Amino acid sequence: MKEPDVIEGMEVVYRKPQTLTATPMHYCPGCSHGVVHKILMEVVDEMGIQDKTVGVAPVGCSVFAYDYMNVDMQEAAHGRASAVATGIRRVLPDTYVFAYQGDGDLAAIGTGETVHTVNRGENILMVFINNGIYGMTGGQMAPTSLLGMKTSTSPYGREAAVNGYPLRITELLAQLPGAYYVTRQSVHTTAAVRKCKKAIEASFRYQTEKRGTCFIEVVANCPSGWKMTPNEANDWLEKNMFPYYPIGDIKAPKQ
Amino acid sequence: MAQSNGTDVRLMKGNEALAEAALRAGMQAYFGYPITPQSEVMEYLTMHAPEHPGVVILQAESELAAINMVYGAAGAGARVMISSSSPGISLMQEGLSYMTSAQLPALVVNVQRGGPGLGTIQPSQGDYFQAVKGGGHGDYRLIVLAPASVQEMVDFVFDAFRLTEKYRNPAMILADGALGQMMEKVALPPVGSLPRSAAPWATVGKPATRERNIVTSLFIQPERMEQINLQLQAKYRTLEKEEVRCEQLQMEDADFALVAFGLTSRICQKAMELARQKGIRVGLIRPITLYPFPSAVIRKAAGQVEAFVTVEMNAGQMVEDVRLAVDGTRPVHFTGRMGGMIPTPEEILAKIEAVVAEPSLQHA
Ligand SMILES: Cc1ncc(C[n+]2csc(CCOP(=O)(O)OP(=O)(O)O)c2C)c(N)n1
Ligand code: SF4
Repeated sequence: MKEPDVIEGMEVVYRKPQTLTATPMHYCPGCSHGVVHKILMEVVDEMGIQDKTVGVAPVGCSVFAYDYMNVDMQEAAHGRASAVATGIRRVLPDTYVFAYQGDGDLAAIGTGETVHTVNRGENILMVFINNGIYGMTGGQMAPTSLLGMKTSTSPYGREAAVNGYPLRITELLAQLPGAYYVTRQSVHTTAAVRKCKKAIEASFRYQTEKRGTCFIEVVANCPSGWKMTPNEANDWLEKNMFPYYPIGDIKAPKQ
Repeated sequence: MAQSNGTDVRLMKGNEALAEAALRAGMQAYFGYPITPQSEVMEYLTMHAPEHPGVVILQAESELAAINMVYGAAGAGARVMISSSSPGISLMQEGLSYMTSAQLPALVVNVQRGGPGLGTIQPSQGDYFQAVKGGGHGDYRLIVLAPASVQEMVDFVFDAFRLTEKYRNPAMILADGALGQMMEKVALPPVGSLPRSAAPWATVGKPATRERNIVTSLFIQPERMEQINLQLQAKYRTLEKEEVRCEQLQMEDADFALVAFGLTSRICQKAMELARQKGIRVGLIRPITLYPFPSAVIRKAAGQVEAFVTVEMNAGQMVEDVRLAVDGTRPVHFTGRMGGMIPTPEEILAKIEAVVAEPSLQHA
């Protein structure tokens, strides 16, 4: 049965983007992934570019991103999303291409591909979900886990002497001339969601200018991996993640 | 020298001839990373790409990145090639496993060198197992063609593109450093002689008129994953029925059969000549497709010859497939050199003579 579009006598003021499928998301309650999926697809909808957009899903909790995003998509091997996106964009130069990756995917196993994709200035959007943990495999330490952070493979807390320091890969990438727009956002409040969506919008627009890579880090939560309620996770994020991963543009094109 | 049918005849190095063939075959994208003895492929392509507007040639930061770029480009519907030599091909195994599962077409060229490890830059056939048995994780095969001349370095590019696109399974040209480096006369087919069939599954942007296309190797439900595996296996059975290629030389009257592929098959031709001068009737079976393997041809020959001698530039890899085909009905011997060394016709002849002299073959 088709659901009625509008309930009699009521006006639609907000709706799910057409480019999100009806498949219920598998993400844990309060998880940032779902929010980022939604605003990404809202931008595709609003720009009317569904027929010109190809996405790349990572290996991580968002491995099934293509179940939710109603655009042509490819599922990459763990860490290789930006190489796959490079291949797509090179043979389809007039297409909007985005890669969507977690911190283990982008900043550990895929670091080489990440650095070189941005260094070549591939005209793609890279969305980087930094939740400081490996969500999918059950809460192991990520390259971005904070010092002292307890995870299933750092049960006594991350120690610099053993595990090195949390990797601020976004700052590192901003150094590269191939990076055109580099920003760090979050989606833990309504205001933050709006800002993050603006960054996504700008990145899609920049793609047509072919000036280089757009890179958006989203400082995200992982209530399950962090063993917190969604509200606790969002508070913890502000208190602990933001000081080390400050929000804002790191490299913005001159207007 | 241009011929009336658009074919060019030239003297070319194997690697360069292969690269030129790829451009003429309508390759749309190439991704690679330098490694001896096949670096001329990308060098030639970057030099000549301007003659073919729109063709993408990209030097990646590693073979790992390169094979994943191939995945992306192939998934977007392009005719794609990648080339490397043994150590680089090892790095691509993850990507190849993903590509067979996602059913993506692409041409992979391995100009083999001696291993294991960093090994040597001299020619070898040490990657036979890796090429024909899968190589990466999971149940899959590559379509593997083994050229034995510079002309076949050209022709098999066309054949491999045709096969990989028909079956949506990566195909490999398994050459070696000698074939890559040696110069021979070649006839090059004209540009545009290999049409590309439509790829309705490719991710090119979803129009309103169809469902979204998804290129993936993830099938989390085991029931679904088994179905995909059954699809792959059905494809491999069809390949085994329809696409086996094999050359037989002087097998009509042969009492002994040499079995060799690629470069060694040419050395075997000389050994065969020497043996026949001594009155030993030797023939040669040369598998051209290493997967699908010409098992039926070998099985049939087992009804005729007294013994087989398999010759390879490795420790004895294809010989296992020969033994499987012969299934114990005849002795199957092996001789070969490893680590970049090439067997001589005299060494092969000595092996043939030793086999002929074996007591088990002396009829009462
Ligand atoms: C080659 C390979 N190694 C390891 C894994 C197992 N694995 C799956 S997801 C993952 C980490 C995911 O973490 P992250 O990228 O941070 O994404 P999240 O799940 O937190 O969103 C790992 C290690 C794999 N799939 N492939
Ligand atoms: S494990 Fe973490 S990242 Fe994964 S869905 Fe749950 S909350 Fe989100």
